Formats: sequence, structure tokens, C-alpha cells
Amino acid sequence: MTLNDDYLDYPLRRQGYDHERYAWSMLSERAPITWPEGKTLAVWINISLQFYPLNQRGKPFKVPNGMTMPYPDLRHFSLRDYGNRVGIYRVLKALAAHNITPTFAINAQLAEQTPYLVQRLKEHGGEFIAHGWNMDHLHYGGQPIEEEAELVKRSVETLRSVTGQPVRGWLSPAKHQSFNTPDLLAENGIEYCADWVNDDMPYAFHSQAGSLTMMPLATEIEDQFVMSQNLHSEDSWVTQVKDAFDFLLEESHEQGGRLFALNLHPWLIGQPHRIACLEEVLAHISSHAEVWQAPAGEILDAFHHTSEQA
Amino acid sequence: MKESLGVYDYWAYDQRPKIEWPGGAKVAFWVAPNIEYYELDPPQNPQRSPWPHPHPSVPGYSIRDYGNRVGHQRQMALLDKYGIRGSVSLSVALCEHHPEIIRMCKERNWEFFSHGIYNTRYTYGLSEDQERAMIRDSMETIHRHTGQACAGYLAPALSHSERTLDLFAEVGEELFGDKGGLYTCDLFHDDQPTPVSVRSGKRFISMPYSLEMNDTIVYAVNKVEPRQYATMLKRHFDRLYLEGAESGTVMCIPTHNYQVSCPHRIKAFEEALEYITSHPDVWVATGREIADYYLANYYDAALDSIAAQAATTGREG
Repeated sequence: MTLNDDYLDYPLRRQGYDHERYAWSMLSERAPITWPEGKTLAVWINISLQFYPLNQRGKPFKVPNGMTMPYPDLRHFSLRDYGNRVGIYRVLKALAAHNITPTFAINAQLAEQTPYLVQRLKEHGGEFIAHGWNMDHLHYGGQPIEEEAELVKRSVETLRSVTGQPVRGWLSPAKHQSFNTPDLLAENGIEYCADWVNDDMPYAFHSQAGSLTMMPLATEIEDQFVMSQNLHSEDSWVTQVKDAFDFLLEESHEQGGRLFALNLHPWLIGQPHRIACLEEVLAHISSHAEVWQAPAGEILDAFHHTSEQA
Repeated sequence: MKESLGVYDYWAYDQRPKIEWPGGAKVAFWVAPNIEYYELDPPQNPQRSPWPHPHPSVPGYSIRDYGNRVGHQRQMALLDKYGIRGSVSLSVALCEHHPEIIRMCKERNWEFFSHGIYNTRYTYGLSEDQERAMIRDSMETIHRHTGQACAGYLAPALSHSERTLDLFAEVGEELFGDKGGLYTCDLFHDDQPTPVSVRSGKRFISMPYSLEMNDTIVYAVNKVEPRQYATMLKRHFDRLYLEGAESGTVMCIPTHNYQVSCPHRIKAFEEALEYITSHPDVWVATGREIADYYLANYYDAALDSIAAQAATTGREG
């Protein structure tokens, strides 16, 4: 069977992108910026707190790290739940030991169902960001807009209600979006999003309901990406994270401010045999004087502030 | 469908005329940065889906965009540092989307060869005329934006038809005579250039490009740890360098700016580049330079050797 000739039509073959969401801009060509206190590397640590339902629908695809066995997949359900019961408390201790103020990206349903956990996270200190409803409610192309609009609204409003925080940021489950997601986020007062990992700095992102800022939350050094998807060893994860950090720090000396963003999952990194790896990584990050560690909302504010001055 | 493509003959590695690269080099070394554009919402192809998820596939699109926004300049700085000119495997729509990148490569006298229009448009299902038009578009676009007569081809997303090599050689001849359409990177059957027969009879070769050393295969398919990739590259080089004392070999590192240039991987890539270029008998070249040299000096001898081997074993040449 031969394709129609329109397979060789390219209506968006033009200067810039094949979409209107953000402007083409090469990182090293931008004006250098400096973070507060003259620091060159902003460090953002995000803790993803997730609920993976046992009765997973897998629509339109099975979320990575979700249920894989016939129902009821107790092994994966309880392994993920481990993170919210046990792993997170090890992670919080490790963060406290290095005075790290993270963001907590938490599924709204989990926040609603575990007030004790939310209270403990608030006591630790940090910024809550929305992480959708749960890990089986994905945002995806072809999703009816009414359905997604309700999902975004419910997720954001629930999290605001149970945390008492403004909730300015958003991380989609599995970083998946529909073509409407950015517009719906802005409509709900979300200021920044972490899903598009195409930069090592924040950048402006267009929506129909006003401007968003993209805060790229690096995927390729995530604990779950390295150890659960790629099946690399714990030691290799430590090496990769340190190598990434060292490289961005060096680049920030030469080219101006950079963002080092590390996403962690307590169900994985909070296991007894892995937590020391996190401690080693945090010790490495904290040992450098040129680092400014802050939650994403503060990094966003500093970025807007320095950009206005530039 | 054919049982075998039938564009090259069996030719034993240990029974060939000796290749000597310029300056007595043992290994011709080239780096082929793939600079690609993946569309956010490409049309479906009945035989292969461009993305694994409903569009927009944000994770896949955005990491590839990272390559162009961030990774390209990191990789280019490294290649500059080690005196390597890239041979760009180009999604030619990038000439329109991101001409700044093309300009930077052109300033450095890098080579550009065709990797189709977009890496989200496949050869599968194209008629001969359609495939010819796509290949012609790609070669004309490169010429218009860089002035270069495109010498090489790596089919978009490694999607082929039975006539891909024939068509590329023919369009190259039509547009540029013996300056264009000289080599294919689509065959992985050898560590030296080999003649490839195309239906026009043009002098045409396969250039070793290596899937085994391709960073996307290594990282995304085989899930190799970054520092292990450096070890693999060095071992690959060591053996080709050793064998190159007997007859010249070719080593290629095919890269992607969204793989090797990520902060957790670039150190490993640099380690390999530093190691390879520190050896004395390495010819750091481009794909085209290797192809030109081989065609001028070894192509005819290779045909004779292949025919002689076939005659020795009673096969027809």
C-alpha cells in the first residue's frame, strides 16, 4: 500500500518550532544570570509522593512503575505504598541533615487521604506542587477537554485545601500532557510546570490563559529512571548524579547560572539499601559554596527578578 | 520481499588488499553527530508509529529538543577541543527550523549528509517516486543552505525500502555528478568501506558507521551506564587500531546531541575522544573525506579482490 502524497507535506517546516508553546533559544546564547547571593548553580530537589491504584485502568497506557501483574498486583501496589509509609521518613531525615528545603510533588488524592503525612511534610518545610490526582489519572492527547479540566481543577484545589499553600507548580504524572494541559494549568493559577525537560534553565512557556514558566525537572538522572527503567546499579546512579552536578557547576562558572534539578521517589530511594546513596549525593551537592539550594517557587521568583534586571 | 538485499558480495575480512590511510594512519576516525528534528504531531505511518504515546509525547519530544537547545553546543565545543570536524547526519528540516545550528557547523567546515526530512517521517509505504522526491528534497535542501553536494545517506530513523540505496545514488548523480551520492551509512556489515552495487552502476560504497557504538543504541536500547560507554568506545578503538596496522580500518562514533551531551554523560564521551585522538596513527576525518580517499585509491582493487575471492571458491563474481 502506498501512502498519500500528503505524507510528504510539511506545513510547519519553518523557522523556529512546529508549535507555538515557546520560543527557540539556544541555552549558551542567552545572557548569563546570577542566582541570589552571587551563586551560579541553583539546586532544586523534588520529592515525588505518589499513589498507584491497585485497580489500574492503564488509560491510555500503563504508567511506568505502575501495576504490571494480573489483578490484584499486591507486590507493586505495596512496594509503591512503602514510599509513603516508610521511605519518605528516611528521605526527610537525609534532607534535614543537609538543610535542604525541597518541593513535594504529591498526588492530590494521596494528600487528601494521608493528613498525617501532609502534616509531617509541612513540619519539615518545603513547597507543595501539584502532581495530578493519582498515577493512574494521566493527562494525554485525545483526552476530552472537559474531563481534563475537571481533573486539573480537582487536583489543584484539593492540594491547596489540604496544605494551605498557594500551590504554584505542577508536575504531571509521568510528565505526560495533552495539547490542552498548559492552558488548563494557567487557568487554575499554576505559574510553573516541570514537564518539558528540554533545558537546564527556566524559560517562558505560552498558554491561552497567560504565561507559564517551564522549570525542567531532569528525567535522566531521576532515581526511578536510572535504577528502575535503565536497571543501573545504585553506585552508578551516584556517579551519574555527581557527574551531572559537577558538569553543570563548571558550566555555570563559564556561562552563567544553571539549574540542577533532581527528582526523587521515596518508594525507590527510601529503601534501606539505597538511602545511603542519597545521603552521599546530598553531601556532595551541599559541599559546594557556589550552590543556592531552594524550592522551585523561590528559584522561579529569583529567575524573574534577575531576568527583569538583565 | 527478498531473502537477502544482494547489494554486496561476500568478502572475507582476512583476504583483502591492504588499505593505507593518509600519513600512514591505521584508523580513519570520524564522528557523526545526528542533528535531528522530531515533529510534535507528525502524521501516522501505517507501519511504524512515530511516538510511543498519544501526541504530544512530551517526554520524547522535549529531550530531543534539549539536544538542539542545549546539547549541540556542548558537543561542538568538545569536538573543537579535540580537533574533530563533525559529519552531520541531518534531518534537513533543521535547516529551516534552527538555521543557527547549521551556521555554526558550516563555520567549522563540518560535513552535512542526508538523514531525511524529519526523523518522524518514514520511508515505509513510499512509492518509488515519493521516495525519490523525498531524497531529492533532502539533498537540495542541504545544498541550498550549506552549498555542499551531499555525499552520504542515513535513511530517516533507519527506515528503508529495497531501492533506497539505488535512489540515493541516482539522485546524487543527477544533482551533483560524481561529487554527490557516494556512500551509505545504512549497512553494518563491515569495519572497512566496501563497494555496494546500485542499479545505475555508480561507484558507490558503504561507510562503516556502527550501530554498536551509536549512543542512542547504547543508552536508550541497551541501557548502558555512561562510564561503561567510554570503556566500550576505547576497547572498540584499541582493536581497530591494532588491526589497522595490517590494513586500515574505520571507526565512527555516531552521536545524538540529546544523549552524549547530557550532563551525566558528557564526561564519559570526552574521555573516549581524548583517548582516541591522543594516538599518533589516527586519521581524524569526515565521512566524505574517507569516501573520496577510498574511491580514489581502493575501490577498484576491492572489486578485483571480491571477484578473485568468488572465482577461487567457484562462485560467480
